[in-house]
Amino acid sequence: MELSGIRTGDTLPERTFAPDEVQLFLYNAAIWNPHRIHYDLPYTTGEEGHPAIVIDGPLQGDFLTQLVLEWLGDLGTLTAFTYRNLRASYVGDSLTATGRVTDIDTATGEVALELALVNGEGEVVTPGSARVSVKASLP
Amino acid sequence: MALLTREHRSVIGRTLPPVTAEVTRREICKYAAATGQRLQRFIDGDEAPPMFLFGLFTPILPRERLGQDGLPPDSGLVPELPLKRVMAGGSEQSWFRGIYPGDVLVSQHTLLDLFEKEGTRGPLIFVVVENRVETEAGEPVMTERSTWIAR
Repeated sequence: MELSGIRTGDTLPERTFAPDEVQLFLYNAAIWNPHRIHYDLPYTTGEEGHPAIVIDGPLQGDFLTQLVLEWLGDLGTLTAFTYRNLRASYVGDSLTATGRVTDIDTATGEVALELALVNGEGEVVTPGSARVSVKASLP
Repeated sequence: MALLTREHRSVIGRTLPPVTAEVTRREICKYAAATGQRLQRFIDGDEAPPMFLFGLFTPILPRERLGQDGLPPDSGLVPELPLKRVMAGGSEQSWFRGIYPGDVLVSQHTLLDLFEKEGTRGPLIFVVVENRVETEAGEPVMTERSTWIAR
């Protein structure tokens, strides 16, 4: 199957994210999230038992949407997105967003994608999926 | 074994009061910088990245109403459950429209379902919450189903 140059099995250009304390501060300020596990190291390790500052789950979801939208460009729009925070990620982790085209419906212009955020140990920390609606290409 | 009582299940379908928020270009720009967006329309704040919506409706409370962990008090949508260890399950979102500066959006949360299953390491309770986001005129923007698992 092919639609506007997109083929089943295509892989999306990978992008690696390595959030640090400054990025987490900015992110949690932007979404107005005061949970201390995202900025207070003694509290995070001492009270909540994490090894380091915790990377927000929805931020990881955002990284997956960036992978999709940068690949898609002006070709179409996002119509569905799912993600699941399978295991925790911490400041110091390097997270690589990967994606693959799993299905193309040429009748509706819908393209299905399988997504994953993978840590440095090769473990999938946040799997996801997306559907995009691709505009009909001009003849 | 039934952990969920008739009383627990009687609150399925209840909703929280709708929350309204206005989207501003400056807030989009902050979110875009914080998340490392590289598409110019997001960096310039002409459109919001989809996950921007996650922070648009978070409650703004005085410091004294936040807990020792920093978190605001529970919204009261989900009843007190007999299992206490709660894990985030997943988020399933359907998108109908982009988000732009000047949009006034309304979010409403509904407790969609509450059910239990026997897991390999004991009982699990599944909590399903819907977040429906619309424009003030009632045009759908996004619908999200989130699942939490208590064990």
